Amino acid sequence: MVPIAIDNVTLEYDTPAGKVTGVKDVSFDIGASEFVCIVGPSGCGKSTLLNVIAGFLAPAAGEIRIAGKTITGHGMDRGVVFQDFAQLFPWRTALGNVSFGLEMKGVAKDERDRIAREQLRLVKLEKFVDSFPHHLSGGMQQRVAIARALAYNPSVLLMDEPFAALDAMTRDDMQTLLADVWRETRKTVIYVTHNVAEAVYLADRVIVMSAHPGTVQADIRIDLPRPRDPLSVEFLECQKQLMRHLGHKVSGNGAAH
Amino acid sequence: MFPARLFPTIETVAHTFFTLTANGILPHHAIETVIRLLSGFALAAVFGVGIGILMGRSRLAEDIFLPLVSICAPIPGLAYTPLFLLWFGLGSFSSILLVGFVSAFPIIFNSWTGVKAVKEIWVRSAHSMGADDRRMFTHVILPGALPYILTGLRLGLAQAWRVLVAVEMLAAVPWGLGWLIFGARKFLNTDAMLAGIVVIAIIGLLLEKLVFQKIENFTVVRWGMVAA
Ligand SMILES: Nc1ncnc2c1ncn2[C@@H]1O[C@H](COP(=O)(O)OP(=O)(O)OP(=O)(O)O)[C@@H](O)[C@H]1O
Ligand SMILES: [Mg+2]
Repeated sequence: MVPIAIDNVTLEYDTPAGKVTGVKDVSFDIGASEFVCIVGPSGCGKSTLLNVIAGFLAPAAGEIRIAGKTITGHGMDRGVVFQDFAQLFPWRTALGNVSFGLEMKGVAKDERDRIAREQLRLVKLEKFVDSFPHHLSGGMQQRVAIARALAYNPSVLLMDEPFAALDAMTRDDMQTLLADVWRETRKTVIYVTHNVAEAVYLADRVIVMSAHPGTVQADIRIDLPRPRDPLSVEFLECQKQLMRHLGHKVSGNGAAH
Repeated sequence: MFPARLFPTIETVAHTFFTLTANGILPHHAIETVIRLLSGFALAAVFGVGIGILMGRSRLAEDIFLPLVSICAPIPGLAYTPLFLLWFGLGSFSSILLVGFVSAFPIIFNSWTGVKAVKEIWVRSAHSMGADDRRMFTHVILPGALPYILTGLRLGLAQAWRVLVAVEMLAAVPWGLGWLIFGARKFLNTDAMLAGIVVIAIIGLLLEKLVFQKIENFTVVRWGMVAA
């Protein structure tokens, strides 16, 4: 729905041992309603970049513009799913967590319960609406977090490896769900992942980051028609191309993932 | 070796306990003490949690209160007693104020730590979902800090007991378990002293089981923030 411009963003962490670079001189533009995946080796600064875009960390240099406006902090226009399972509020049930954003917006209780139930049904947790997070598995908690970020309908979704803890089958379901939600709602999505197949399945564009200190190494457009077939030749070809950028050795007959 | 005057048998203590209960003396002492305990503790809870949370939320409040609290907290409660009695006179009122003052420290420390221990990721999540300052406080900071706050209240209550029983003797109050225990010493009524101690133990146990554990089971334990 809204375009995002990331302009020469550098972030440094202050640690007792000195400054640690989180990301360095990152620039790329994201079109309105575009689905962008960020891939790169562990520690290259993917989570850092996402937190800067979310407005939780102020960049040391550069700026981020959403719909043309420079961001100065967090905002309800951006929904965030963190990498950390502990993001849910332990004192609220799954339903209470998902309806939090609606509650802050002032939506009436019946209405927000209805929306929250519907979101939980979409992530296949309708049986667990009244469970507290500590009674859910890591993957289930992550699905609640996704439902929570979708429920209050932000125009930008920032997701940090949300499906990393899921089994292959649930992950496939969730990827399909996310692709559907994205197609229907036309949100702008920035999605961090380690998984090359996932990036090729979901993304319009993949940003490949180099190892620490992270900069943009490649910007690859995925032009496959949707819905995508992960078993098609073109899909595997895309995957191979992406893995080459990531520095994997790719053999002649398909992606080794 | 163990003279009966100083080491009464369990039967004697039980007998005294029941006699003093039946004639209403022990309940009267106990009620006076519990009223002072709960009044002082309520003061400590309100101010302790308030100041502690303020310190955790505001740098300025932390800079002001932390040195004060750090200096005052380790001083034994009894050391303040003469001051309080001079300032506020003998009697119940000074005892309550003293109990409130002394038992506020563990509550302040724990509430402060609790606020600092609230996970940044909860605050970030709530921010991105549009929580304003007020609801960040009621919906995130308070429940997030609750395990520590409850620990602080527990320690505060224990502290309140310790100082109250002692101050009841010095404050010249006419009734109270502390007064009973110290008064009984004059006449070597060890059985009455022990009966008083038993009452303190029973009240402590009731407060623990019926209040603290209930609250904990309903909140932090149910939420998985503290193991059952
Ligand atoms: N809170 C922090 N304090 C100090 N340094 C940090 C902090 N968080 C991250 N870093 C540093 O910033 C760099 C980037 O970290 P970041 O978490 O963004 O990596 P990532 O790409 O998300 O890795 P992963 O794929 O393992 O999640 C790392 O080298 C790390 O050392
Ligand atoms: Mg990360």
